[in-house]
Amino acid sequence: MGKKLAVTGNQAIAEAMRQINPDVCAAYPITPSTEVMQRFAAFVADGKVGTELVTVESEHSAMSACIGASAAGGRVMTATSSQGLALMWEMLHIASGMRLPVVMTLVNRALSAPINIHGDHSDGMGSRDCGWIQLYSENAQEAYDNLIQAIRIAEHESVRLPAMVCMDGFIISHSIESMEFLPDETVKEFIGEFKPTHPLLDVDNPVTYGPLVLPDYFIEFKRAQHEAMSHVKDVVLEVAKEFEKISGRSYGLFESYRLDDADIAIVILNSAAGTAKDVIDVFRDKGLKVGLLKPRLFRPFPYEEVAQALANVKVIGVLDRAESLGGFGPMFMEIASAMMTNGSNPLMVNKIYGLGGRDFMPEHAEAVINELKEIMDTGKVKVLKEYIGVRE
Amino acid sequence: MSTPLRLKELSKKEDLLTGGHRLCSGCGAPIIVRQVLLAAEVPVVAANATGCLEVSTSIFPYTAWKIPWIHSAFENAAATISGVEAMYKALKRKGKIDRKIKFIAFGGDGGTYDIGFQSLSGAMERGHDIVYICYDNGAYMNTGIQRSSATPLGANTTTSPAGSVIPGKLQPRKNLTKIMAAHGIPYVAQTTPAHWRDLMTKVRKALDVDGPAFINVLASCNRGWRTPTNTTIQDTKLAVETCYWPLYEYENGRLKINYKPKEKKPIVEFLKTQGRFKHLFSPGNEHILEKIQELVDAEWEALLREESLYSEEG
Repeated sequence: MGKKLAVTGNQAIAEAMRQINPDVCAAYPITPSTEVMQRFAAFVADGKVGTELVTVESEHSAMSACIGASAAGGRVMTATSSQGLALMWEMLHIASGMRLPVVMTLVNRALSAPINIHGDHSDGMGSRDCGWIQLYSENAQEAYDNLIQAIRIAEHESVRLPAMVCMDGFIISHSIESMEFLPDETVKEFIGEFKPTHPLLDVDNPVTYGPLVLPDYFIEFKRAQHEAMSHVKDVVLEVAKEFEKISGRSYGLFESYRLDDADIAIVILNSAAGTAKDVIDVFRDKGLKVGLLKPRLFRPFPYEEVAQALANVKVIGVLDRAESLGGFGPMFMEIASAMMTNGSNPLMVNKIYGLGGRDFMPEHAEAVINELKEIMDTGKVKVLKEYIGVRE
Repeated sequence: MSTPLRLKELSKKEDLLTGGHRLCSGCGAPIIVRQVLLAAEVPVVAANATGCLEVSTSIFPYTAWKIPWIHSAFENAAATISGVEAMYKALKRKGKIDRKIKFIAFGGDGGTYDIGFQSLSGAMERGHDIVYICYDNGAYMNTGIQRSSATPLGANTTTSPAGSVIPGKLQPRKNLTKIMAAHGIPYVAQTTPAHWRDLMTKVRKALDVDGPAFINVLASCNRGWRTPTNTTIQDTKLAVETCYWPLYEYENGRLKINYKPKEKKPIVEFLKTQGRFKHLFSPGNEHILEKIQELVDAEWEALLREESLYSEEG
């Protein structure tokens, strides 16, 4: 087995990238993901990877160079956060539209204004519709494991789509925690060799990337992408099964925590799930049947499986660390859609928490669970969407 | 041995941009691209910024390109090709590729002078082994003739219209070739499709250097310039004869003017053939014509002065 070390989330990502040893990385510094590329640049400088590092002049150029490099025919990675991802937005669609399996770490951070460097999911949720596979991670271990699996998922022949692995800025990226690394050889073997399809560098077989596609063919391109996306769920599970064999750690489309017999469920992403699980244990000890669902694969969203897992729950509290101003939180919208697909009709509330890195404390989870219990007892929802942990 | 730059030999080479594309008759862009690709003696991969050249040559399910070609967006041809070049370097180092391949980016003036300027500057500074070729027709022709920072003073465009109060574009054009020279890259040049041997020689020099090169090529656009479709070569030639678009190059920072007209023609010779300057010949706009002549003279004299510094050095 691999070694156990105490590292920051960014360090874990940089280590995974060293082990993956991509052909090209193009990146631009931005808090809180900077440390990833900083550490990776040191690996390049010390000859520990064979990567061509392109230190571009903006995130827009970072993704543009990733697109060029990926189309050229090799393995490509990058990392960013917040405004960086926002600046890439145009190119995110182009990477997925060209079916390029670029793998990116997104260290989640709030979007301006006001400017804030701390963790929330507004960046990741803002790129929800860009055609990328999105995997969310609770801690450094999950981020590391997800990144290694993301290579296999993105490059899978039935998928060939870009993937981003998300973890919370500062809370995970800059906190030190103990985690287990796989041996270099194991990772190398697990990810395998990159298999190029129609590479630009095959000059004997010239291909045209990024043509003008008018109404006569455009929608067929999009349906092909949709079909590729529809293969992702199975591939994620298949890759997870193989990953379990080398790591002993098991992954699914989402994590269910004490959900089997639950009357009340909390749905929450990333690091705050850890806090919520502790509070759930306290309520369980008191006899309240409460559980948690932590999505891992957010795009494509596993509607049927999530609905199945929540089928017998009476009340669901969906906690969003992102806003869709004028709408519900993005996770709430997905869970509501999921519950509609199987006809179950639980009572649901949406809580917006932790924006701009505001800590999610056990008492926040406690208050939410108490409210969910009251909703279950009375059958009444007072407020559908509200902010928690906020100054009044 | 490289193909001699003689029409007889060049005519035997395969055209790597095929006919049947949808660019307007008389457009400068495909003439330039064909000359560039004919000049190349090693396989090339090209990136293309969004623009007339891109949309008209790649209408799915057809493509006019017989070389590997990528278009990703408008402002990033330089960043895109730098990614392709980086992958080439990586795979070459790993022994996965052993052929010599060169990398070219094409962009119009909008995609180069304006929205793609940062990406271009960054790619040049990073020292990628790429050649960036700007076909400069002096406006956003693809979207319908809007002014860019390459649009000359006084030109009538749809966003700098010649009105009853404002006589066309109020600002002189940006001197991008000089800005690129200021990047200190190994090769920078300016040319036109009318001077095919000059253009092809410059392309070969640009491809030969190990590092970034930039070539600015004047391209006429009969839609935007309001010129007939059969005067592309005359019009761009006139730009050189009037010193509106001098032929020069910087090799490792050293300026060389490649052509000095025996008799420099007045700028009005260039302006009067083009509908975009028609209003400048109406009474009351004489001062603009004078100003344009002053700008041309000043740039030409500055070039001559700069070149003479090198000849004094020997």
